[in-house]
Amino acid sequence: MAETAPDTSFTNQDFKIIGTRPPRPDGVDKVTGRAKYGADAFAAGQLTALILRSPHAHAKILSIDTKRAEKLKGVKAVVTCEDLPDLTGGNRGMLDILENCMARGRALYDGHAVAAVAAIDAETAKKALKLIKVKYEVLPHVTDVDEAMKKKAPIIQPHIRTTGVDPKPKKASNVAARSQFGHGDIEAGFAAADVIVEESYKTEQTHQGYIEPHACLASVGPDGQGELWVTTQGHFVFRNTCAALLGMEVAKLKVTSSEIGGGFGGKTHVWMEPVALALSRKANRPVKLTMSREEVFRASGPTSSTSIDIKIGATRDGRICAASAELRYQGGAFPGIWGMLGAMTTWACYDLENCQSVAFDVLVNRPKSAAYRAPSAPMAAFAVESTIDLVAAKLGMDPVDFRILNAAKEGTRASYGPTYGPIGIGPTLEAVKNHPHMKAPLGPNQGRGMACGFWFNFGGQTCTDINVGVDGTVSLTVGTMDVGGSRASLSLIAAEELGIPYERVKCNVADTASLGHNDMTEGSRGTFSSGMATIFAARDVVKVLRNRAAAMWEIDVDDVAWEDGQAVAKGIAHSNLSPLSLADIARKSPTTGGPIAGHNETVADGAGVSFASHICDVEVDPETGATKVIRYTVVQDAGKAIHPDYVEGQFQGAAAQGIGWALNEEYIYGEDGRLQNPGFLDYRIPVCSDLPFIDTEILEIPNPGHPYGVRGVGETSIVPPLAAIGNAVSNAAGVRLNHVPMSPPRILKAINAAK
Amino acid sequence: MRYEAPTSTKVAAALLAKEKGKAFVLAGGTDLLVRMKAGMVEPDLVVDIKRIPATQIIKKSDSGFKIGAAVSGASMGENKALKKAWPGVVEAANLIGSDQVQGRCTMAGNLCNASPAADSVPALVAAKAKAAVVGPKGRRTVAVEDVVTGPGRTSLKKGEIIESISLPKRVAKSGDAYLRFIPRTEMDIAVCSAGVNLTLDSKGLVKSARVALGAVAPTVVLVEDAADAIIGTKLDDESLAALSAACEAACSPINDKRGTVEFRTEVAGVLARRAAKIAYQRAGGK
Ligand SMILES: Cc1cc2nc3c(=O)[nH]c(=O)nc-3n(C[C@H](O)[C@H](O)[C@H](O)COP(=O)(O)OP(=O)(O)OC[C@H]3O[C@@H](n4cnc5c(N)ncnc54)[C@H](O)[C@@H]3O)c2cc1C
Repeated sequence: MAETAPDTSFTNQDFKIIGTRPPRPDGVDKVTGRAKYGADAFAAGQLTALILRSPHAHAKILSIDTKRAEKLKGVKAVVTCEDLPDLTGGNRGMLDILENCMARGRALYDGHAVAAVAAIDAETAKKALKLIKVKYEVLPHVTDVDEAMKKKAPIIQPHIRTTGVDPKPKKASNVAARSQFGHGDIEAGFAAADVIVEESYKTEQTHQGYIEPHACLASVGPDGQGELWVTTQGHFVFRNTCAALLGMEVAKLKVTSSEIGGGFGGKTHVWMEPVALALSRKANRPVKLTMSREEVFRASGPTSSTSIDIKIGATRDGRICAASAELRYQGGAFPGIWGMLGAMTTWACYDLENCQSVAFDVLVNRPKSAAYRAPSAPMAAFAVESTIDLVAAKLGMDPVDFRILNAAKEGTRASYGPTYGPIGIGPTLEAVKNHPHMKAPLGPNQGRGMACGFWFNFGGQTCTDINVGVDGTVSLTVGTMDVGGSRASLSLIAAEELGIPYERVKCNVADTASLGHNDMTEGSRGTFSSGMATIFAARDVVKVLRNRAAAMWEIDVDDVAWEDGQAVAKGIAHSNLSPLSLADIARKSPTTGGPIAGHNETVADGAGVSFASHICDVEVDPETGATKVIRYTVVQDAGKAIHPDYVEGQFQGAAAQGIGWALNEEYIYGEDGRLQNPGFLDYRIPVCSDLPFIDTEILEIPNPGHPYGVRGVGETSIVPPLAAIGNAVSNAAGVRLNHVPMSPPRILKAINAAK
Repeated sequence: MRYEAPTSTKVAAALLAKEKGKAFVLAGGTDLLVRMKAGMVEPDLVVDIKRIPATQIIKKSDSGFKIGAAVSGASMGENKALKKAWPGVVEAANLIGSDQVQGRCTMAGNLCNASPAADSVPALVAAKAKAAVVGPKGRRTVAVEDVVTGPGRTSLKKGEIIESISLPKRVAKSGDAYLRFIPRTEMDIAVCSAGVNLTLDSKGLVKSARVALGAVAPTVVLVEDAADAIIGTKLDDESLAALSAACEAACSPINDKRGTVEFRTEVAGVLARRAAKIAYQRAGGK
């Protein structure tokens, strides 16, 4: 029988369960401490591993002497890059990953791994680290993105020639790539402008700040088979990467994802897992490797610091006639795509005839950047949305009205290429305009600001199983690990499709041996793509259920319909047959053909872009520059909120992270190129009392590319806060901060300068 | 590493004096244990003073309050008489850390840890507090401002322990206050801070005052010029400006990840002014 591809388009159905708010299945375990995170796995005979890290920002490694460490009683293995040979076959991206996990003759940032030991306990491992002697030749370093672009800057990767420029440069530089997006005639646009505003901005490097440090338990046997238990956003991708780097066969490395204590993009990348596997292989024992918080800051993947120039021209009637941006993003010591992503998002909120964004991806002596929730968009939005307020002020227009007038809509050609379908930027702006928050009175030293944000969202490879138990309960097996309640959302979807109560579904995240490949839980794809695969797997199950009902009734399957969660025999001829529930059919399954299961594998295309608009009130102490956020409202388009609690949770969490970024979080490097604040004391993420209750409003503009209209919701709301707070601070204190974080010393300095 | 928990201060002092390796007093442990875990210190001997009865009590007498060296911030916060007499000292001690830390942390530990940013110390200095020190050679009394000699350094000799901290007898029409600046609302280290303690005369003029600043120099600074600026006044704008100026002049902070020289200097003046106003109100000034 020829299978037709399942219909992925929006079905606009009447939902019975979708949109309700039952408790999440992982909730009790998490609040009682039973949930098993990365560091909670133990194996008989396991060793404790520690990593020796470079104290230099940039150095040649002349020699590593591990002999004394190896001789220490209790040490079972010591590895350096010698134990992780280059098997990447010329794949530079893979070699970069390998070199980032373990230095190869050079240390490229403070914290770069140089060697690792596995010993019978932490005490012994600590002693062993001290016995490893590394000889460095310290090289000049650069940690600032603008400095790194200067002619005389120390070159970090001599093989790099800037891509995206014609002709291809002959000399190495720290600019890994130039990329450009946009359309129209910029010069003609600016020539037609009545007002032009030009500003430059800087944002400092931030870390995702997940509470759970990286941790894994690795075990590789002499037969070349291995297992890895790890906190990750994508165990299938970790498996493929680790297998390739270690020369293992993909099917022989089983990776299990633990519960995750936050990832936000930082756990999409391997940082030390290949090292744990290499240690285990060498020691022939299971190896537990856990990062300290300091290591997380120094040697995982924070997001870029940036430097951005914005120029916007508008006509007197309030239309933007030209917009251009130059963005410089550092990606750490290895090439990244962060500047490019920033440039793609720069103008995405607006309907522009003439726009351009040019990005430079720049290398510095800092850890390799990773994704951080809507990676690269918050910095570009900070620059754009701050400037938009300035243009509105120059035109004497209300900033919300000015944005509404210029907002992108269905049919708008996005600055990064595609033409938008139905989108939510206009509706979120209208909702902001009409929100009671906008009209609430403000006290002394208080100010209000708002800003918009955009994120693409992503679909990707997905594989899902559904198995029906003989008691009529349903086991849903997915391969996208759950970072924010997706097991609850996916269970709702399965229950909706099968017409059974939510409580009858148990959703599990399978290990890599139990399911086909799934891409990471990133790009806000978990509920979008696994949701789609769950719908189709459930519809697959329904097909089987109809067949089994037909067998039970001994009638033709074409005469069996599936209605409201039960098999119904169609036609007057069968009017004596009463409907069969899923449980009825399941009970008989052993004798009607065996287990009942459904399956779907797909590349989930059709992810829908998501927009948010935020409102925020702050109070600035004019004598100290301290800013308190006193009220905050998020409005975001979810497409369809499957489980509204977890949608709101994503909105609130993203806003909270954006607020921290805006006000206090930053990587501070010393003259020596070393990170000065690798801990939560001096890297200041907000504590509970720093935040107001974050209000949310969910809009639902269906995504036509998903049967239920779902859009990803996890990332977009980290995009507006930087500018929303900047605009609010400007209205509260009369000073505009072009440098994030807007920490008290920076604000006080600006206030004093304006006196 | 050896762990001892004697029940008398004398024995504790003797243990510390005898130890050839690195010996540390353990009070709440909220500094010491953190530093041990981070590998910053590796003691050979730890002497826990929490089982010594004298370290566990808050005693009110005619000469003032005596606060044992193992009394936690939380216990201080629950002592109504202490809070009424010395609200500034108690609020400073209560600012340390979180609820969990409050259950353990002590003022003596805060003092002996010798961080320039220690929260309770400016308030203690402003209060003219004294430390009762017990050592192998006997007892002595030291003004709190003389305990810390530099970041991480104290004037305590080998084997010496602070047994208690005393606050002087409270005279009528007195008040104290402590304020710190932190970028967050809690769980942070003072970027700069100010403690003010004052007494009013019958007309409501400031009769005597002590102003101490934290985190703006290697040790807490007692700013006599700042006190002079408000003595004889009702804290009018002019005297408050003079107080701020005197405080700014007394600052010699560093530029670091927590704040710049300019910021610390300016905000120290602001905090001293605000703390003086609160202390004035608490003393019954109008
Ligand atoms: C999460 C957290 C938050 C914190 N927040 C703050 C804060 O907001 N403000 C602040 O000021 N500090 C803060 N601290 C630091 C610490 O809590 C305080 O300095 C506290 O007062 C130390 O008291 P303790 O009794 O725990 O000292 P301990 O750790 O027991 O001792 C500290 C040092 O003093 C010595 N010592 C202790 N008692 C005596 C004694 N009686 N005689 C001689 N030597 C002694 C010890 O040997 C050690 O060197 C924080 C710490 C943590 C972990």
